[in-house]
Amino acid sequence: MFNRDRWNEILEALNANKFRTILTAFGVFWGITILVLLLALTNGLKNGVTADFGDFATNSMFMWTQGTSKPYKGLPKGRYFNYKLDDVEAIKSEITNLKYVSPRNQLGGYRGANNVIRGTKTGAFEIYGDYPEYIKQQPMDILQGRFLSYSDINSKRKICVIGTGVVKGLYDKGEEILGTYIKINGVNFKVVGTFKMSNSQGDDEQDASTIYIPFTTFSQAFNRGENVGWMAITAVDDVPITSIKQQIFDLMKSRHKVHPEDDRAIGHFDLSEQFGRISGLFSILTIVGYFVGALVLMSGIIGINNIMLIVVKERTKEIGVRRALGATPWMIKGQILQESLVLTILSGMLGVSFAALVIWVLNYILDQAGDVENFANPSVGMQVVFTALIILVVSGLLAGLIPANRATKMKPVDALRIE
Amino acid sequence: MIQIKDLHKSYHMGSNSLHVLKGINFNVSEGELVSIMGSSGSGKSTLLNILGMLDEADSGQYILDGVPIKNLNEKIAAKYRNEFLGFIFQSFNLINYKSALDNVSMPLYYKGIKRKERTDKAMHYLEKVGLAEWSHHLPSELSGGQKQRVAIARALASEPKVLLADEPTGALDTKTSYEVMDLIQGINDEGKTILVVTHEHDIAQMTKRIVNLKDGVIIDDSKVEQVRALTHV
Repeated sequence: MFNRDRWNEILEALNANKFRTILTAFGVFWGITILVLLLALTNGLKNGVTADFGDFATNSMFMWTQGTSKPYKGLPKGRYFNYKLDDVEAIKSEITNLKYVSPRNQLGGYRGANNVIRGTKTGAFEIYGDYPEYIKQQPMDILQGRFLSYSDINSKRKICVIGTGVVKGLYDKGEEILGTYIKINGVNFKVVGTFKMSNSQGDDEQDASTIYIPFTTFSQAFNRGENVGWMAITAVDDVPITSIKQQIFDLMKSRHKVHPEDDRAIGHFDLSEQFGRISGLFSILTIVGYFVGALVLMSGIIGINNIMLIVVKERTKEIGVRRALGATPWMIKGQILQESLVLTILSGMLGVSFAALVIWVLNYILDQAGDVENFANPSVGMQVVFTALIILVVSGLLAGLIPANRATKMKPVDALRIE
Repeated sequence: MIQIKDLHKSYHMGSNSLHVLKGINFNVSEGELVSIMGSSGSGKSTLLNILGMLDEADSGQYILDGVPIKNLNEKIAAKYRNEFLGFIFQSFNLINYKSALDNVSMPLYYKGIKRKERTDKAMHYLEKVGLAEWSHHLPSELSGGQKQRVAIARALASEPKVLLADEPTGALDTKTSYEVMDLIQGINDEGKTILVVTHEHDIAQMTKRIVNLKDGVIIDDSKVEQVRALTHV
């Protein structure tokens, strides 16, 4: 179908009026550029916002305690209570479909006072008492050594895993880290590993200035007894945590003598719900991107349709001559369709390339400028390029269809008579 | 070569009906050079269009080289036109963005002939009309007479049975007209059947037979002593 002669015919016809061809092509070029750029920017926004979630297992929630708001079983309202370690066991045994239940305790906070000492250096870091499965909920890259293990938990070893921010604060460059000791709130801990967060943005510093120690060690060293600060609970992949959480709350309420209708007593943050809301938002944004881009593209397509109609009209006589010389209607239709297709696809692919260039420049500038809040790595996948290609082919055919039919509707004798 | 029997054609414009051809009968045998004459409105162009399968008759019989021409769909009509007929138009109808060579090779393209062979053949016919050096010029760079000679080369390229010329000299001055007629006579001398529609008597005298049309009927059909165009040049 696309042999050299056909190509020559098409290129000759398109070349016959270069300026007009270029102007027409620009409509489609611009449309597809806008479409791809819109999708890329949406993607950039999405990348930026979801990076704030880091790599944290998204089907998770955090749960802590707050003051009660209703009196119950003789207990007054405004009462404070703590989760205990056996609450964790109870959740694990009574609630199904849970993947991980990690009790956590925390010492120090964001921009807290200095609490860690090593030799002459001091620093303020966040210290967490954790179970080994926490790394499965919050993926991190272990740079040296290892993360916490169950034998650390069982024998309450005084070991710790420290973030890159801690390393920077307490160690000189090139210094051996593993096996050294740091003093947390007056208690010596041996460093067995270093980590960095796999994927986070903006919060880099905060995340890296974190120290993990075994939960049991934490309880003993810092006098927490059986108390649990809060829990990070992850459900199995195909059951949303949002659908299970009420069971967990009910269990906790009954174990801590909280009024069943007291919704204030248990605080929680449902990551899955938030994440769902945000990915929903971005699905809508992507659809809007496609919609607006497609509309802009459509005006380009109509431009091609329009110009092909004019071309056909101008070439009525030529078409008549061609038919007198033995061109079948399908040959004529084929040529008009192919002209419109070639024009659409060529200009469309130029548009995609141009958009790719703009995205590349954007990324380059972003790289130079450093992190920008809520925006990262604008890009489109190959599937967007293929979608665009399909849209172009279909619309090129559509744009050529009416003119092609118009071209062969006239009888050759009438076409030849036109001056 | 051409047999026509009781050909009728009328045009309908709104409620008016115009009976253009009112029963045409005539035959053309191989190697003839026939001119069809008549004033405007006599139906000569309509007749030529029907002969050229660009238009269809309402009734009557048309047999071209033993093939009955009727109930054609556009696809078959295109094939027959390509195989049987070569057209020469008053206004040349060259495609203005194609070189002379490409114009000549176009019927061969539609015939499905390979590029190399096509170019060779087209070049051969351009040589025949004496325009080999002009093969890569665009029509806009050629004079009227040259354009018509390119058009004649194009009509010859597909080696048709019959050449149909609609006022081939209508847009040319007398001298160029005679040059073109000389070329047409030369082609006829080689045995090609040619029909020429014209309203100029001197051009008609250069053919071998004149068919006179008036109000849709043939009023006169007679052989004439051919005047060689060369004697006028």
